[in-house]
Amino acid sequence: MASVGIRNVHKSFGAVEILHGVSIDIDDGEFVTLVGPSGCGKSTLLRMIAGLEGISRGEIAIGERVVNTVAPKERDIAMVFQNYALYPHMTVAENMAFSLMLKNAPKTERDQRVQRAAEILGLVPLLSRYPRQLSGGQRQRVAMGRAIVRDPQVFLFDEPLSNLDAKLRVAMRAEIKELHQRLKTTTVYVTHDQIEAMTMADKIVVMHDGNVEQIGRPLDLYDRPGNLFVASFIGSPAMNLLRGEVAVQSAPTFVGAGGVAIPLPAGSGVQHGQPVVLGIRPEHLKLSDQGFPVTVVVVEPTGSEIQIIGKTEGGEEIVANFRERHAFEPGETVRMSVEPNLIHLFHGETGQRLSS
Amino acid sequence: MASVTTAAPPQSATRSRLTESKGFLSAWFMLPAAVLLLVFLTYPLGLGVWLGFTDTRVGRPGIFIGLENYEYLWDDAIFWLSVFNTLLYTVSASILKFVLGLWLALLLNENLPLKSFFRAIVLLPWVVPTVLSAIAFWWIYDSQFSIISWALMELGLIDHRINFLGDPTNARASVIAANVWRGIPFVAITLLAGLQTIPQSLYEAATLDGASRWQLFRYVTLPLLTPIIAITMTFSVLFTFTDFQLIYVLTRGGPVNATHLMATLSFQRGISGGQLGEGAAIAVAMIPFLLAAILFSYFGLQRRKWQQGGGD
Repeated sequence: MASVGIRNVHKSFGAVEILHGVSIDIDDGEFVTLVGPSGCGKSTLLRMIAGLEGISRGEIAIGERVVNTVAPKERDIAMVFQNYALYPHMTVAENMAFSLMLKNAPKTERDQRVQRAAEILGLVPLLSRYPRQLSGGQRQRVAMGRAIVRDPQVFLFDEPLSNLDAKLRVAMRAEIKELHQRLKTTTVYVTHDQIEAMTMADKIVVMHDGNVEQIGRPLDLYDRPGNLFVASFIGSPAMNLLRGEVAVQSAPTFVGAGGVAIPLPAGSGVQHGQPVVLGIRPEHLKLSDQGFPVTVVVVEPTGSEIQIIGKTEGGEEIVANFRERHAFEPGETVRMSVEPNLIHLFHGETGQRLSS
Repeated sequence: MASVTTAAPPQSATRSRLTESKGFLSAWFMLPAAVLLLVFLTYPLGLGVWLGFTDTRVGRPGIFIGLENYEYLWDDAIFWLSVFNTLLYTVSASILKFVLGLWLALLLNENLPLKSFFRAIVLLPWVVPTVLSAIAFWWIYDSQFSIISWALMELGLIDHRINFLGDPTNARASVIAANVWRGIPFVAITLLAGLQTIPQSLYEAATLDGASRWQLFRYVTLPLLTPIIAITMTFSVLFTFTDFQLIYVLTRGGPVNATHLMATLSFQRGISGGQLGEGAAIAVAMIPFLLAAILFSYFGLQRRKWQQGGGD
């Protein structure tokens, strides 16, 4: 096991720079997810750690060793690919033993290690099958088995669950997390699914357009997103964002389109007339007679909660979640409010977080 | 309206029953293809086999003589020489085409500059009509004006011209070289297509697993390419075994029958010599060899164990 240091890493393909100076510290044994929308550079960064892509500038270290010029096979990492990349002409056991065979490991040691990994992953009855004869989830497990057998310093996962159906994805998510708790191998996990990132990671790195937007523990990112991108990316349904400005009379108040007025917490350090973006998580909205009016457009009961999609008087969309079973009717107008200390406030131009 | 329907003439009822019958329709649609195959493949083949059992000559219908043609060929040294030549020609040319074609395919699969240009160039020997390229080789192998002889003499490597087509061993090597030149594009391009179906991620996974370049080839490329290799080489062997044009233009089977293949001998005896029956018998004698090649590939081409089960 080893730490991974990514220091001011740049990556260009020809004239196009797609990573603009990324720095991330990954501790020994930590589970880190790189999350962001398609094209943000997260997979490229992972492939740079693996050595499948060169590093244009900056350095990557695994443990104490800078690996910029180290060949992939010398880096002592194992990678699980999105399409699993199982060798179709080898059985499950041969797939898992392939790296050991290349190292000329003795047959008994090979068999032992394959057997142990197969037991961990429940693959023992499948060892003599070919990849074509396996289901998606089983192939996924074989790909992980191939990584485990190597007993590497670092596991790299490149969107490993995106080819699975929703139910299997949830199950495999738990399995990977359990595996990490058991093996405690440093893991870097790339995904575009923020739920996966939230549920699995010790630490999340949110990336966007080749930059790191924020690094933090899952709940820290959720509770205190550092900017508008993170605020809108983390959380499902996404945070409600209302544009407007601050009015300070007796107390600071947010005034949005259509005269929506929402009281701000005291001491948020904002000035009168300052343009801001106000963020409210859907579950933080409450029904209250003192609140701002919202016209209900769609009611979506999910069983555990009721989700409302509505419009403010300024025509902005608002999503609210209620655990209580209120009877909403489409077209009806309700009043909603939010605890001032649950409000997120962002700079109107830079999008950076304002409230503490 | 109802009365009109019931009063419809019986022919149109039969017709609509026919046009709705799946069996009739499929037979009807297959008819053109079946007729073409019967007229242009089955009939000539059957006629050839029949002629082999007769003493037909050009201009004189023959009579059935049973296996007499074959008994004659059995004792004919030139026939057996042509069998040997054909096997030598096929085996050595096919091996060379496979090795060089695979090598070329691997090169073309790399990220070379001007990749598509080179891929187009490689196809050239294949698109040039055989007779044209054979005539070009005829000049290359000319005893007086051969560019190879000239170049080697200019370089001081040899002191007299090489007798390419006049010496039996040289002639055999020369026609094999010409056939290899002509056959490489087919092998190279087909194998290149096969190489491109191998997912890049397998190479990446194997690289991370610690494979060297040779091991990537040995454990990933080669096993995944075997189905394509089997089908490509079957076709290549069939083309080579039945080759006629190159030999006919370059040597006409000479010198002293050293390059006579079964196909050229069959033509020489049957058409030039007028012994249609005997020529046909030689051609029919090729069938067991071709059948063996097809059976070999049929079993070789059966889906390997790893290709079976669950499709996706």
